Amino acid sequence: MRPVRVAWTFLRLGAINELQYRLNFFVAAFQSLLAVAVALVVLRLVYSHTTELNGWSEPELMCVLGIQILLGGVIRAAIQPNMERIVDEVRDGKLDHALTKPEDSQLLVSVREFRIWRTVDVISGGAVLGVGLARLEASVGAGEALSFAGLLLVGGVLIYCFWLVLATGAFWIVHMWFLAELFEGVYATGRWPIGIYPGWLRYSLTWLIPIGFAITVPAEAVTSRLEWTTPLLALAFAAALFLVTRWFWRFGLRRYSGASA
Amino acid sequence: MSAVPLARQHPVRAMVDFYVTAMRTQVQTQFQYRAAAYMYLVGMVAEPVIYLVVWTTIAKQQGGEVQGITVGQFAAYYIVWTLVRNMNIVFTPYGWEWRIREGQFSAALLRPLHPIHYDIAEFAGGKLIWVVLYLPIAAGLTLIFDPDLSVTPLEVCVFFVAIWGAYLIRTMLLWLLGMVTFWTTRGSAIFETYIMAELLLSGRLVPLKLMPEWTQSVADFLPFQWAFYFPIQTLVGDLPAGELLGGLGMQVLWIAVGSFLVWICFRASVSKYSAVGN
Repeated sequence: MRPVRVAWTFLRLGAINELQYRLNFFVAAFQSLLAVAVALVVLRLVYSHTTELNGWSEPELMCVLGIQILLGGVIRAAIQPNMERIVDEVRDGKLDHALTKPEDSQLLVSVREFRIWRTVDVISGGAVLGVGLARLEASVGAGEALSFAGLLLVGGVLIYCFWLVLATGAFWIVHMWFLAELFEGVYATGRWPIGIYPGWLRYSLTWLIPIGFAITVPAEAVTSRLEWTTPLLALAFAAALFLVTRWFWRFGLRRYSGASA
Repeated sequence: MSAVPLARQHPVRAMVDFYVTAMRTQVQTQFQYRAAAYMYLVGMVAEPVIYLVVWTTIAKQQGGEVQGITVGQFAAYYIVWTLVRNMNIVFTPYGWEWRIREGQFSAALLRPLHPIHYDIAEFAGGKLIWVVLYLPIAAGLTLIFDPDLSVTPLEVCVFFVAIWGAYLIRTMLLWLLGMVTFWTTRGSAIFETYIMAELLLSGRLVPLKLMPEWTQSVADFLPFQWAFYFPIQTLVGDLPAGELLGGLGMQVLWIAVGSFLVWICFRASVSKYSAVGN
């Protein structure tokens, strides 16, 4: 339970810190609404030229979009700020402050930052998903809802692992200013079901960069497309990637020597 | 014995010297960090590839074309798009936020030249490396997506001028936007609004032809399309010579308007400057 307690303490601290800047909430809410509006305009534009995209109807794609925005909120609130801090601190030699604490280093570097205002994307993504679900012809049963929630959680773990692998790269490549742009670019592919991409890209987006597992698979759960083997595969993949990530973090850590501390 | 004063150079020659030196320095800097530049390019290429895949899927479902644009033409549009995008990436408003907040602008104000020259020259130098790094990616995209592209020498010449026009137009626009940070350090809501407007009205998202007609009419009164749609169309649009030259004229017009506004706004803004940090 100790890791959960540590994470919870940092989460509360981060929230208290950000709550001081209330104007930022309105800025974040405005940006989120704008992003959702544009995404919906793009969706409308696409469906003004077709009735279905590779077998996905407009409400179904709204579900994919909602999940992508929702998960994006979680990433920007809790994952990305921590990972960018790792990269910065490796470069500045400040990572020592985390490494000398009597707690698991991977846990500490993963929970130190929490940007509460960015969770507005979770709400707006949830709303888009809700509207998409309401417009679906078939209803979503309890089992589907449960597997959706579970798969979304697995998706979050996969994205976390992917980000940590990227951030660990800072032990070798110090000049990593491109990380956020690289991730944003790749993450945008999740706005569309990965089935539309050509084979090589589809495989990359499933196994190399786990966008497919993180977004398309939960969307399959709520649109009644899920095969029973997929959740098992997702779970096994997440467990394996988590172990590999943990090994890679420790491996990278051996290369670290505080540059300025 | 007194020191011999430096010979005074002609202002134009001095400016050319400055640009050449600043660009050369940037070429060397960017080349040093080519792995980082490549990663950045990969992130950037994702955007057009997504649009391309979506519209290609639709075109294939509709029997090979959407409103007269074929699969091969979509491929040509988005591959050229990527080159144009490479050229019109400029110093962002978020960069402005950083340089005002950290007090980085203080040094720039002490230099003899207007700070915009440093941005223009440095990014122009970076472009040379970025475009060279992009060429293998363009070759890969061409092999995968099989674009339908035939160009004339005139189109290539106009394209070469138009991409630099696009670069200058976008530099002016983002400078104007960046100067908002003289007044507030929370300009991100304004920046995002700009980016969204640009996305829909410039041809960045889709060829403007596919947008509703009223959107195209609005776009005609705005500068966005001259930094995206027009340079792409010079190569893929089979435009007549008159339209090609008219387009270049529009670019010159928007560069002039942008420069004038930058000049006015900079004078007003700089009196507001006080570095938050440093």
